[in-house]
Amino acid sequence: MNEKFAISVRNLVKRFGNFTAVDNLSFDVARGEIFGFLGANGAGKTTAMRMLCGLSYPTSGSGTVAGFDIMSQAEYIKRHIGYTSQKFSLYEELTVSENLTLFSTIYGMSDIEIKKKSEEIFMTLEMADMRNTLVKDIPTGWKQKLAFSAATMHSPDIVFLDEPTGGVDPVTRRRFWELIYEASSRGMTIFVTTHYLDEAEYCNRISIMVDGRIKALDSPENLKKEYNCATMDEVFRIVAKDAKRGD
Amino acid sequence: MKLRILKILLKKEILLMKRNPFIPRVIVALPLMAMLVLPLVANLDVKNVSVAVVDNDRSELSRRIVADMDASEYLSVQSCDFIYDEALKSIENGDADAILIIPADYSDRLTKGENPQMSLDANGVNASKGMLGSRYAAQSATSTVSQWLSETGVNRPAPQVNVLNLYNPTLNFRNYMIPALMVVLIIIICGFLPTLNLVNEKETGTIEAMNVTPVGRLTFVLSKLIPYWIVGLLVVSVGMLIGWLVYGLVPAGNIGSIYLAAILFSLVMSGLGVTIANKSATILQSIFVMFAFIMIFQLMGGLFTPIASMPQWAQDITYAVPPRFFIEIMRAVYLKGASIADLSTQYLALTGFAILFCGLSAFTYKKRS
Repeated sequence: MNEKFAISVRNLVKRFGNFTAVDNLSFDVARGEIFGFLGANGAGKTTAMRMLCGLSYPTSGSGTVAGFDIMSQAEYIKRHIGYTSQKFSLYEELTVSENLTLFSTIYGMSDIEIKKKSEEIFMTLEMADMRNTLVKDIPTGWKQKLAFSAATMHSPDIVFLDEPTGGVDPVTRRRFWELIYEASSRGMTIFVTTHYLDEAEYCNRISIMVDGRIKALDSPENLKKEYNCATMDEVFRIVAKDAKRGD
Repeated sequence: MKLRILKILLKKEILLMKRNPFIPRVIVALPLMAMLVLPLVANLDVKNVSVAVVDNDRSELSRRIVADMDASEYLSVQSCDFIYDEALKSIENGDADAILIIPADYSDRLTKGENPQMSLDANGVNASKGMLGSRYAAQSATSTVSQWLSETGVNRPAPQVNVLNLYNPTLNFRNYMIPALMVVLIIIICGFLPTLNLVNEKETGTIEAMNVTPVGRLTFVLSKLIPYWIVGLLVVSVGMLIGWLVYGLVPAGNIGSIYLAAILFSLVMSGLGVTIANKSATILQSIFVMFAFIMIFQLMGGLFTPIASMPQWAQDITYAVPPRFFIEIMRAVYLKGASIADLSTQYLALTGFAILFCGLSAFTYKKRS
């Protein structure tokens, strides 16, 4: 495994019966990069991401995540990554600080570290007064930021974010991306899927998935140049216009 | 390290259990309801057996037989006729459960030293009432006759049936049901709650957040099983308390042996529950499968129908039905005061099942699909 890449996969395939959800995916993500993973609904983004996180077995293909083999070393990968799913997945009936303590303990952080990190998170998110609030009672925008903080609290090498800003207002969305930049500046690799094409502009590089395959992969500037477009929105429309899947 | 993770996971389970308003209520309310209502309703005691008497003797003795029978706690004389067909009609109408026929010249022949026979016809539609009721009636009649014989100085021992019921002297069906009801409660509570808990995590997506962490499979599954030991112990405690306060029934044996069996059986049920949850995608699916198991457990565990009266092939199957052993333990400890050593086979069987189902639940739990 080469030290340059946080993620490196070759010919990754996932089939469900006759349906090929992910078809021959090959790409590399450099360490510290913010990698945008774009695609229409049903293009296979989540399926690909779940394979990278060790939640799903690839049908075939090979690759490494954080230096570990995605086929045989999934549990090692899990120690070095953070993940937020599309569905909000903190425990609603636990308080903010109980959730943070639960997950960071599982990652093996000491009580002192947990306390220190939790305080940092409360400060950054300006939610010190919510620490003992049940998660179900905090507003959606805060929930997303909290989910991100919970997934990055143990300082993973890579964090996978599956549509982290769905249903979030523009101000909070902006704030969320500040959090991402901050994490990136600490050396964390960010792998993020999104439907917001303005967010795509914030990424170092983006890939556009269509029907289980990567149709385009480059920096936003290069893509705009290549397709001769002013915005990522137009690029996306050109690349994804032949998509057969989607709803 | 591992232990620290298990501890925080257990803390999470217990917090969630406490914050869910439903679960603590179920743990208290279900045993209360089941223990207060079911022993009164699910009752196979035979009482108020109505007897129609066909008295062809019409002597002092026959009137005494009728009077004694009517005075008995379990029997009442519904009618006293001379014609058998009339009596049979009252059985057909459902007014009487049995007919006692006293033949003509019964007391005269008895005095002469002959051996005349009374006969009893019982309605076999309700099998247990017919069987037990006719036995009560026969007992009542023979005891009156023997008393009369000794009073009149006829020197001949009257045929007498003497039945002594061991362990449950009054044949109180409640004493038989109450220990077994606690088994039912554990089946339902420790079977359903872990299933619902785990499938709920699947439906809300929190399980995904767990699966993407490095948490060990066994650690995670243990955090789902252990809370139900405690729940099982709570349920049995509530059950025993009600048994004592309401029905005055205390275990004749050691309470510790009941708790040990309860822990083992809770593990069997929660292991089964988690296994079913692992294999189900939705709550509906898991409830349906769990329900099928619970039906079999209740019908084949020897709860309502004694295993000894099942056909042989069914008896063989009951060895694969874990509650069978727990019910045997509960009844033996409660009524006979049996010890763990007396019941070592049953304890071993439960231990085996506990290991099997807990192992299965860890084995079927997949962090990756």
